[in-house]
Amino acid sequence: MPGYDPGTGSGRAATRPMIMEYTMSLEAAPSSRPTLPKAPTGIAGFDDITGGGLPAGRPSLICGSAGSGKTLFATTFLVNGTTLFDEPGVFMSFEERSEDLAANVASLGYNLDKLVEDGRIAIDHVQVDRSDIEENGEYDLEGLFLRLGFAVDSVGAKRVVLDTIETLFSSFDNQAILRSELRRLFGWIKDRGLSCIITGERGEGQFTRQDLEEYVSDCVVLLDNRVHEQITTRRLRVVKYRGSAHGTNEYPFLIDAQGISVLPVTGAGLSHGVSSEVVSTGIPGLDAMLGQGGFFRGTSLLLTGTAGTGKTSFSSTMVNAACERGERCMMFVFEESAAQVVRNARSIGLDLQRHADAGLLRFEAARPSLYGLEMHLARMHRDVEAFGPQLVVIDPITAFRGPEAEVQSVLLRMVDLLKARGITGIFTSLMHGGTGATIDADADLGMSSLMDAWVRLTHEEANGEINRTLYIIKARGMSHSNQVREYQMSEAGIGLIEPYIGPEGVLTGSARLSQVAREQAAALRRQQEIERRRREIARRRAAVDRQIQELRAALEAEEQEVTLLHQQDQERESALARDRQAMARHRTAAE
Amino acid sequence: MTAHNIDPTASGEDDGVYRLRLYVAGQTPKSLTAMANLKRVCEQHLAGRYEIEVIDLMQNPRLAAGDQILAIPTLVRRLPAPLKRIIGDLSNTEKVLVGLDIRSQTAQP
Repeated sequence: MPGYDPGTGSGRAATRPMIMEYTMSLEAAPSSRPTLPKAPTGIAGFDDITGGGLPAGRPSLICGSAGSGKTLFATTFLVNGTTLFDEPGVFMSFEERSEDLAANVASLGYNLDKLVEDGRIAIDHVQVDRSDIEENGEYDLEGLFLRLGFAVDSVGAKRVVLDTIETLFSSFDNQAILRSELRRLFGWIKDRGLSCIITGERGEGQFTRQDLEEYVSDCVVLLDNRVHEQITTRRLRVVKYRGSAHGTNEYPFLIDAQGISVLPVTGAGLSHGVSSEVVSTGIPGLDAMLGQGGFFRGTSLLLTGTAGTGKTSFSSTMVNAACERGERCMMFVFEESAAQVVRNARSIGLDLQRHADAGLLRFEAARPSLYGLEMHLARMHRDVEAFGPQLVVIDPITAFRGPEAEVQSVLLRMVDLLKARGITGIFTSLMHGGTGATIDADADLGMSSLMDAWVRLTHEEANGEINRTLYIIKARGMSHSNQVREYQMSEAGIGLIEPYIGPEGVLTGSARLSQVAREQAAALRRQQEIERRRREIARRRAAVDRQIQELRAALEAEEQEVTLLHQQDQERESALARDRQAMARHRTAAE
Repeated sequence: MTAHNIDPTASGEDDGVYRLRLYVAGQTPKSLTAMANLKRVCEQHLAGRYEIEVIDLMQNPRLAAGDQILAIPTLVRRLPAPLKRIIGDLSNTEKVLVGLDIRSQTAQP
């Protein structure tokens, strides 16, 4: 037997490589050529991992320690078999009485009594009381065969569950007979073509205490309920599946009011499509800071900030904006109740309750310590699948505690889960201390490189008051403002205030106001000075103009005088000439 | 001591008749052996004070669940109370006597 070492399964080292492995194994799985006929379990994730379910017409072994959910798994197989796939079943219980069984699974919404009444399921409780049985000579377990055969015939069963057949080992002394009879039983089940689940209690260093895996070699599924740092996580692993490809990792699974769900956690394949549609954040100032007027749909946005910077208010505003566009939103809150979020959002003028009532908004509030990390991921996976939101808020990611590598791995897959579906994700993260503007390395949990956008909210302390500022550290694929902007939260919502950047840096709050006043006064003074200068110039220009006029007038007067003199001169010349002619004439006459 | 305290109630309704039921599945060698062994023991130790009902589960599989039968053959002592089961072909007579709690008539005054 390939020794399964219970120690190696857990641990951080295993978490990371698992992501890589998964993509390989699952890509192999769906390409199922005409292989083994399968009996679907109706447990969605499980059928994905196994490429269709358990082997049809053969026994499969489900093993696990006490409380790992073997019986529930088996019951789900039967109930789904008869309700979804029209394959009636027989439940042969060696531990619980049929009424206990019905009561136990009633919490999952299975009405066993009704199914029994309708002849869809037969339950046979096999009770073997060691104290009133004495063995005397040769015997076989033909009675068990007959009972099973009778039950199978009575409902026309195609599926059988034997839960937990191992108890027989404590009921009979003659183990040799028992073992040979069990072998015969499994052979009989195969001959009858029954899809069968045999449950087995987990043994030390082996799958089952009684080595049932020796008899059931077609398919072995291991259920595990591990406690790590006081938090339990249910995990499932297909150890072996003869004749079929299957996912080989440990997959977290959930048991709750909606039954069992196994989560084939998606891998790190970066093959998801992208959207260039821009969606508004619902905060006009923030939209304006982003070149395109919002974030791309499907963006993973990291909102980091110290306590009280309004991370949840920002997320609520974005949720509100999305809901008003008619989109579905989900908020996973880990530190507040849904009612609290709704009430707090009201203080910034948002009515989230209205969206919740309209079925557009769903809250999932849970304490981080309620489940293990994997379980949270699994739960989110299921809820996201079921609700189909366009925007998901996880508030805050810092609520998850655990070994860093593990937290990071889970968050990575969470981001991937959303990205693969084109869902916009808002992850808030609490930073500690520091009012400085330096980027806090540990607040992003190593997430920053995964994130498409990162908005950082901070407190700026100055002049005895604290003001809130934000800046966009990054926004992939779009230009964005490099400014630190002050914002205020009021009943009108979140409002960004025009940036004020003076010689001493960005000013906020009352410092900004007083600086504005100072600058306004200075501006007024400057304005007045300019006016004065302008008037002076005008005056001087007028004076110069006047002088020019005078000079020109004088020049003109001189010109006129010159012209006059010239005329007089010419007149005198002509007068002289006339006189000479007259003299000449006079002289001639006289001669 | 305690065994004696319980016994009177058992023997109170006890008319001394042993009502036995033998579950078999068809005429297998084991079943036949068991039947023969049972008859012999009863004849020897309970002559006239016993009733044997043989149930063939091959014909009546529905009856198997009632008495919680798994092993074949199974002998069930229905009376006197308490209910007792012996599985096997009853080849060990001593164990049958002890198992059925049969006190030989002569030894019991």
